[in-house]
Formats: sequence, structure tokens, C-alpha cells
Amino acid sequence: MSTLPSTPQSAPATGTARVKRGMAEQLKGGVIMDVVNAEQAKIAEDAGAVAVMALERVPADIRKDGGVARMSDPNMIEEIIGAVSIPVMAKSRIGHFVEAQVLQALGVDYIDESEVLTPADEVNHSDKFAFTTPFVCGATNLGEALRRIAEGAAMIRSKGEAGTGNVVEAVRHLRRIRGEVARLRGYDNNELYAAAKDLRAPYELVKEVAELGKLPVVLFSAGGVATPADAALMRQLGAEGVFVGSGIFKSGDPARRAAAIVKATTFYDDPKVIADASRNLGEAMVGIDCDTLPEGERYANRGW
Amino acid sequence: MTGTPVIGVLALQGDVREHLTALASAGAEARAVRRPEELARVDGLVLPGGESTTMSKLAVLFGMMEPLRERVAAGMPVYGTCAGMILLADKILDPRSGQETVQGIDMIVRRNAFGRQNESFEAAVAITSVPGGPVEGVFIRAPWVESVGAGVEVLAEHGGHIVAVRQDNALATSFHPELTGDHRVHGLFADMVRAVG
Repeated sequence: MSTLPSTPQSAPATGTARVKRGMAEQLKGGVIMDVVNAEQAKIAEDAGAVAVMALERVPADIRKDGGVARMSDPNMIEEIIGAVSIPVMAKSRIGHFVEAQVLQALGVDYIDESEVLTPADEVNHSDKFAFTTPFVCGATNLGEALRRIAEGAAMIRSKGEAGTGNVVEAVRHLRRIRGEVARLRGYDNNELYAAAKDLRAPYELVKEVAELGKLPVVLFSAGGVATPADAALMRQLGAEGVFVGSGIFKSGDPARRAAAIVKATTFYDDPKVIADASRNLGEAMVGIDCDTLPEGERYANRGW
Repeated sequence: MTGTPVIGVLALQGDVREHLTALASAGAEARAVRRPEELARVDGLVLPGGESTTMSKLAVLFGMMEPLRERVAAGMPVYGTCAGMILLADKILDPRSGQETVQGIDMIVRRNAFGRQNESFEAAVAITSVPGGPVEGVFIRAPWVESVGAGVEVLAEHGGHIVAVRQDNALATSFHPELTGDHRVHGLFADMVRAVG
């Protein structure tokens, strides 16, 4: 291969913003599924998931069981990493940077600093720049999304209300983020300083969003997606992909429902495909009316 | 070809938007392609980065695999990045069961060869037939080429592994030029499409 041009001897750089954010770009248009064991991970991969989220209990069970929800057992995460070739994500508690260190040491591809687990710090989120592994964080509005990005998050998901099978909060949060981005687009430079103050976010990020007309990182939707039509709805509302938690493995026929949600996510703007994907899926997970949830049981309120 | 080439980006999943932007700045008319009838209307096609297993499944599921194979076999210019490189390989070293490829380049590819996300990296890569110095190579859970057949030209290596190849009208890179502001590789591909037209 002596005819090849010589490559400069610069050391490869890992953990750069481009590598972290670029990883999320590769997931776009896809479905990321919660799984609790290797068998479910394989079902998810076979159904066409772009990644799996390894956790001990899906949010619906965390709700039911109560108690403190923590990072998963390393053995279980390693089994899932060994079972599939798609990326594996795992959750740390908000502010629990040691759980995040453990997840990085295990070799997970993305860390979700997640409100679904019980927060470990009621003031601070983890410093995500300190890690090579990229982070995804939840947000209910633009200011929250930008604060997470300022801490180093390389991907954002609208929070929704996990474990309810009810898409209403996912819609609320995504619409809010998209609406606030659209509003910034209309501001002139003088107004961006006050906007940054209102959003409680760094001015530079606010300016970047105003110029781009979108977040500087990939935006997925999460928390309540249970059907193919739910997934397509979130895509039509502007999500670049969806997380599905309890919706798949709490339903009657997980393999079938998983494949159907993948189809509807890809062809989110084609009602005929969504109709076909919605046929004969068996029972959907039992949903929860979010208005009946006491404040203390609303995961979306965790994080700030 | 006179005028602007029409270049599609396979839009089943992955970093489609970045490729559309890069192609537009390389002087092409760029379009997302998800259906056979959309494929029929483009002069060339990009297979983007994403998850190769997912893309392959979706291509079979939505009746795109055969039309893709036919057009590539008939000489339509095609460029694959990362997962797209895997889809263009005649053979995958460690395929998931039932993982099909479009084929088009006589090479064996190893998936996730550079490691998991923690090992993902950026490095300068010098590419034969791309003048003006090395490009910024962004490698994300990237594959490499284990071996190539006689008709394949190796365009670049990194760390002793083949990371860019060309065979006739098919081009493939392990890395993602679409994630950088440097669109010279897309320029090379646009020229390949013009040359065919």
C-alpha cells in the first residue's frame, strides 16, 4: 500500500463533542427500546431497534414496586452487551456520577442520566464533560434541554411520563420544546440576552439555537409511547426518533409490537403503512391517566 | 452529464439530513429515498451512517433490497459511509443472522472493528483522489475493511486498516465526512455521478 498518501501522525481523539453527538446522529429515525434481559434485547434487535436501554425494571414496574430505583446490575448489563451488536445504553440516577463512571467502565455506548431512577442529588446533575461515554438527558422544555447540553449532554429526549402508556405528556413536552425553539427564531439579537435569562440557559447556546432553528444535538421523544401511531405522532411533531419503554414488553405480543413501532417510526408520514403496522397487535399495555398521578409520582418533575 | 446530478440518500434510518446538506453543497440536487419509485428517479445514491442491521432489515421489509441491488449492479454510482459501507460489502465477516447486504464492492468488512462508542475517535485521514490534504475522519463504532478483491482500489488506511475503497462506481468510507464541514468526499462522489450521466 505504498501508493497511499501519508496520514499525519496526529493522535486519534476520543470523546470529542463531534464523536459524542455524531453517535446520536446515527440513531436518527430509529426506535430505542427498554429491555431487562438478553432475551428481550435480541427480540428488540430482531425487530429493528437502533439501540437498547438496559435496565432492571421497566418504568411501569418501577411505578408499581415503589422504593428506590438505581443503576442496573453490571452482570445484567454485560449480558445484554454480549447478546446484541446494536448500541447498548444504560441509566444512571440524576447526579450519581459514580453510577455513570461504572457504566462507562462497563463499556455502555450511551448513558441516560434519567429521571425514571430516583435522583441522587437534588441540586446538581452529573458533569458530563468528564466522561468519554456520551450522555442523553431528559427535558420538559427548552431551558432544561439547554442546561443539560451546557453540562455536556450529547443528545436530548423529551421526558414525557415514563411507565404510563399515555402519550399526553410526551406530546406536551415535545410541543413545548419545539415551540420555544420556533419563538427564538423570531427574536432579534437584542432579545436573545433576555431570552437566555428567561430560559436560565447560557447565552451562547440560546444564540446557537436561534440561528440553527433546532437544538445543537439530536432530539428524541420518550415517556408514554405505546402504539405505532403514538411513535408516528411524535415523529410528525418533530422528534428525530423515539424511546419506547414499558410499551413493548408490557404488551401482549412484544416481538410483533416492537416491529410494528419500528415500521411506523420509519414511515411516520404514511398513514397506510401505520394502519398496516397497527393491525392485530394484541393487547397494548394498560395505560394510566396522567391527571390521576400524584405530584410525587410524576417522574418528569425530577431534574430541573 | 450536463446540469445538476440528482443524488438520493437512503432514508430508512441514520444521518440522512447531514448527507443531504453535504450533497447540496457539493452541487447536487439531493433527495431522501425510501421507496422503489423514488430510487428510480435518482442518478446516484448515498447509503448513510446508521445501524447496519436496522437498515438492512428495513430495506428487506419495505421491498427496497432487490431494487437497490439491481441499480447498483447496473452501475448506478453509490457511496456508503460506515453502516453504508457495510451494506455495500459483498461479505460481512461477522454478520447478524440473516443480515443481508446490497453488495457492490468485492470486500470483506468487519463491523464495529474499531470498538464500541468509548473507542470512537477523530483523526486526520489522507485519501487518494481527494486533493488538498487529509480530511477530518470521524469514526463512530466504525467498521474496517479486512480484505479486498483485485478490482478494488484502496483509497485510505488508518492504523494499518483499510478505511476507504472504490470499485468502479461504488465508493465507501468507514468514517463520516458528512459530520464535518469539509465536503470534498461528497464532491468526489458528485463527480462520479456526473461522469456516468
